[in-house]
Amino acid sequence: MSVDKRRADLKDAVGQVSDGSTVLIGGFGDAGFPFGLLEGLEATQATELTLVANNAGQSSAAVLRMIQDHRIRKVICTYPRRDEPVLARAVAEQTIELEVVPQGTLAERIRAAGAGIPAFFLATAAGTALGDGKETRDFDGRQHILETALNADLALIKAHRADPWGNLTYHGAARNYNPVMATAAAVAVAEVDEVVELGSLDPETVVTPGIFIDRLIELDSSELRPPLRSPRAAA
Amino acid sequence: MSDRRTIIAQRVALDLESGAYVNLGIGIPTLVANYIADDRDIIFHTENGILGFVGLTPDDDQVDADLIDAGKQPVRLRSGGSFFDHGLSFAMIRGGHIDVAVLGAFQVSAAGALASWADDPDAMMNAVGGAMDLAVGAKQVFVAMTHTSAGRRKLVDQCSLPLTAPSGVSRVYTELGVFEPVGTGFRALSLTPGVSEATVIEETGARVFFDRMEAPVR
Repeated sequence: MSVDKRRADLKDAVGQVSDGSTVLIGGFGDAGFPFGLLEGLEATQATELTLVANNAGQSSAAVLRMIQDHRIRKVICTYPRRDEPVLARAVAEQTIELEVVPQGTLAERIRAAGAGIPAFFLATAAGTALGDGKETRDFDGRQHILETALNADLALIKAHRADPWGNLTYHGAARNYNPVMATAAAVAVAEVDEVVELGSLDPETVVTPGIFIDRLIELDSSELRPPLRSPRAAA
Repeated sequence: MSDRRTIIAQRVALDLESGAYVNLGIGIPTLVANYIADDRDIIFHTENGILGFVGLTPDDDQVDADLIDAGKQPVRLRSGGSFFDHGLSFAMIRGGHIDVAVLGAFQVSAAGALASWADDPDAMMNAVGGAMDLAVGAKQVFVAMTHTSAGRRKLVDQCSLPLTAPSGVSRVYTELGVFEPVGTGFRALSLTPGVSEATVIEETGARVFFDRMEAPVR
């Protein structure tokens, strides 16, 4: 084990992935989505995977190919995109299990896993279909449901800058799930735009301390990222 | 009636107070930002980790693909804006720090129940996003929606669609007026100029009370 987390190629960065692994994937929309690492995950040939991602990973061609190749057993997400047919077909044909979770509950289940909290109560989804069958309890006269931590085998995240120890900074709203996902998996791998020398990240601006990161790789995955939609027309 | 959405967004904008932290949902709620008067300083929150932003227009040339709102549309940070992760973003929401959430909806019930995430209960790809968190966490929940959809009433006694939250809607803004769920029905707080009480009664699927109407707005 080395404190230098840098890896030169995708294969070493992603490492061995066992069949049946649960994989957290950072990003909201395409911002902060580790497009390069998903290509690396595809190359492992691991199967029976559970993917956890805000938008079901549908922006990634590698994820779509893994769905079509029946390598994904289950997707846990908050906003599956209906305009993208590959996942919709797999769900309709019941070759994939889809679990839709409220967005804040998804984030908190991941955060809890990283913080050693096995379960917690919250009001979100109480009295709705997504809370059905869950243990409930009243606090201050309000109904809450029990949710459990979402532990994972692997986290694939995207950050802006890293130093060799895996201290990370982010850019804009590309931060989103990445810092919480970095804490919640047995192995966390970061794809970054730039690796800088040790000591050149301002410690006051580090968002993810290197303790959470196992491996990192500098990648330009911009070619894998779909172009941003143009701004909406002014009203 | 192509500008029903505009009427609704403009009316919601009138009720957002200066200094408020406000989350705008996808759809009509997003339009609200276009009608905030210059004398009001509203700080917009988006659940993917920005406080203090404005939407970009096609004239803007500084598009940063990592600066997007919850609808994945490009935005620009204001002076004083900040970034944060998803855990902290939903702490703001569930922790009661957001003053107003403006959400779209399919149905709102007289008890203030919200149905906004599954327009077809049998569909397998319904997307919940942050609506359930906002519905239980924001200090006030404003629903911005058309009064009816394809002739179907959307202010109803009981929601027939899957719930986002069983209660909690503070107000409903439609092209016909502003309404408050009061349990036994909806209290009309104001009507859009030119809209009659008879029209409201006809288009509402629950009792409507007109006993505490404000003066018409503009």
